[in-house]
Amino acid sequence: MSVLEVRNLQTHFFTDAGVVKAVDGVDFALNEGEVLGLVGESGSGKSVTGFSILRLVDPPGRVVGGQILFRGQDLAQLPASEMRRLRGNKIAMIFQDPMMTLNPVLRIDTQMIEAVRAHDKVSAKAARDRAISALSKVGIPSPAERLDAYPHQFSGGMRQRVAIAIALLNGPDLIVADEPTTALDVTIQSQILAEVQDLARDTGTALIWITHDLAVVAGLADRVAVMYAGRIVETGQTDDVLTTPGHPYSVGLLGSIPGHGQRGERLTQIPGMAPNMAHLPPGCAFAPRCFNADERCRTDAPGIEDMERVRQLRCHHPLTKAGGTP
Amino acid sequence: MLVYLLRRIAQSIFVALAMMVIVFFGIYMIGNPVDILISPDATPREIEETMARFGFDQPIYIQFLTFVGNALQGDLGRSFVHGESAVTLILHYMPATLELAALGLIFSVLIGIPLGVYAGYKADRWQGRAIMTGSIFGFSLPNFWVGMLLILIFAVELRWLPSTGRGDTVDVFGIRLSIFSENGLQYMILPALTLALYKASLVTRLARAGTQEALVQDYVKFARAKGVSETRILFVHVLKNIMIPILTVLGLELGSMIAFAVVTETVFAWPGMGKLLIDSILTLDRPVIVAYLMMTVLIFIVINLVVDIVYTILDPRVRVTGGAG
Repeated sequence: MSVLEVRNLQTHFFTDAGVVKAVDGVDFALNEGEVLGLVGESGSGKSVTGFSILRLVDPPGRVVGGQILFRGQDLAQLPASEMRRLRGNKIAMIFQDPMMTLNPVLRIDTQMIEAVRAHDKVSAKAARDRAISALSKVGIPSPAERLDAYPHQFSGGMRQRVAIAIALLNGPDLIVADEPTTALDVTIQSQILAEVQDLARDTGTALIWITHDLAVVAGLADRVAVMYAGRIVETGQTDDVLTTPGHPYSVGLLGSIPGHGQRGERLTQIPGMAPNMAHLPPGCAFAPRCFNADERCRTDAPGIEDMERVRQLRCHHPLTKAGGTP
Repeated sequence: MLVYLLRRIAQSIFVALAMMVIVFFGIYMIGNPVDILISPDATPREIEETMARFGFDQPIYIQFLTFVGNALQGDLGRSFVHGESAVTLILHYMPATLELAALGLIFSVLIGIPLGVYAGYKADRWQGRAIMTGSIFGFSLPNFWVGMLLILIFAVELRWLPSTGRGDTVDVFGIRLSIFSENGLQYMILPALTLALYKASLVTRLARAGTQEALVQDYVKFARAKGVSETRILFVHVLKNIMIPILTVLGLELGSMIAFAVVTETVFAWPGMGKLLIDSILTLDRPVIVAYLMMTVLIFIVINLVVDIVYTILDPRVRVTGGAG
């Protein structure tokens, strides 16, 4: 059963320079316990997609169209008070920079207990016990004592664990994780990835993992969706997309990972710059940077096409022929 | 923490000493008090005698050393006019000023912080703009005019509150205070409001700027993602973060409220230190002026010390490690 179904989501930013269509028609669905990797460059709209689901887009941004069906209920239409009741309760979020997400002047226990008591009218003692068990679940040693500490007394990795513990407090059905390991060093990153994977598996929590790091996605996600200029350009089983990318942009992303070529060789990179979101080209947004583009790509935006298995592509000239590799 | 405190106290002593030098020599420059103390037709002999009695015939450095020596024993001289010890005189008038400043401070916090936080929350709406426009009046209206206007409205027209004077006082540990008696409190409201208006505008602006800055921080967004209510975000998450700059300014402003309540005290005929200072300046009553300035410096030093200590309560990151922090 699908926990979340996003249909034609549109989030636009109304700036002085014009309307920026940060998310422009995104569709995807997520089943219970499933992990979706949402991949793309900076500015591709992946984070905005995550914030749109929680209705936490900052002005001048706004969800202007589409449906966000969470267990059949359209979040885009929900009154603010009911949305607040879902946030942190059924839908939780983990942010990118653990140094910034915890309030520096409030103790960890204050910040955890308020998250419990915002949704459950339990005693402070019961909320505290729940906080302790959440902290021990994410691998924080002597959690009862650490509760009395302030955020600055934790390292970056530990703070992110605290943030993850807060996300887990109320046993959510869905966690949106916005590049939660980007700001951490590699060893901590892999520890946290392993822990999150276990937790999601144990509790049946669905996970949207937003990242620009394909290596992270490879180890974690069941499915991957590649975003470019506010749209999903390719989606499919993680293995399929990573081994036989169908969209030239996915190919470019994979090629940019260091380690493929010989030592001393220049890294391959996608030519050009990420497009100016206020002035997108009329055709395919990726056409100006694409090695495979022709006249049609420049005038005519490709629609999304279903391929074999759960694969979908938005390209006039997909690199894997219909069906791809089985 | 203890080391930190000791270091701060040592700094304060140095400031007090420096202030002694400045105050003493500054006052010395103003003029010779003997010219005012004795009649113009006194003989040179009489003048010399008076000079000798007050020690004015000594070289200035001897006078200064005598002054410092006495000051260290808590003696800042006798008032030429009242014949009483200057310190006693000031201590007698101080409680009235202190309680007025304290109530003014309470008013400015109670008015300024909610208005400022709300204005920051609704920064782009008409509510926020209206509060900001209002605060400009608080800044720019002169103190004496506000005082007279308040008297006109609340004392003359509406007859809700008394206009001038101090009202009943009660003895608290031997100090006469009116803040604890209902009648006395009524007398305090208008002068305290007058004192508070400027500070309230200042707090409003600080709170608004801080709130606007804090609201875009990730921790606010994360608190929202936890489902915490907007009220709690504003008055717990945001408020605790913006209290540090507000507290610094308020600490300094409290000092200036105590030291320069002169105008307000004059308008409301409030028998405080400000009025004493004005009188003493007019009669060149040197010991009282010096004692007043030294007391003011002491008050500033104590307030700054308290502010620094309260910081460590508000911001855990300032807490000095290694001690009891």
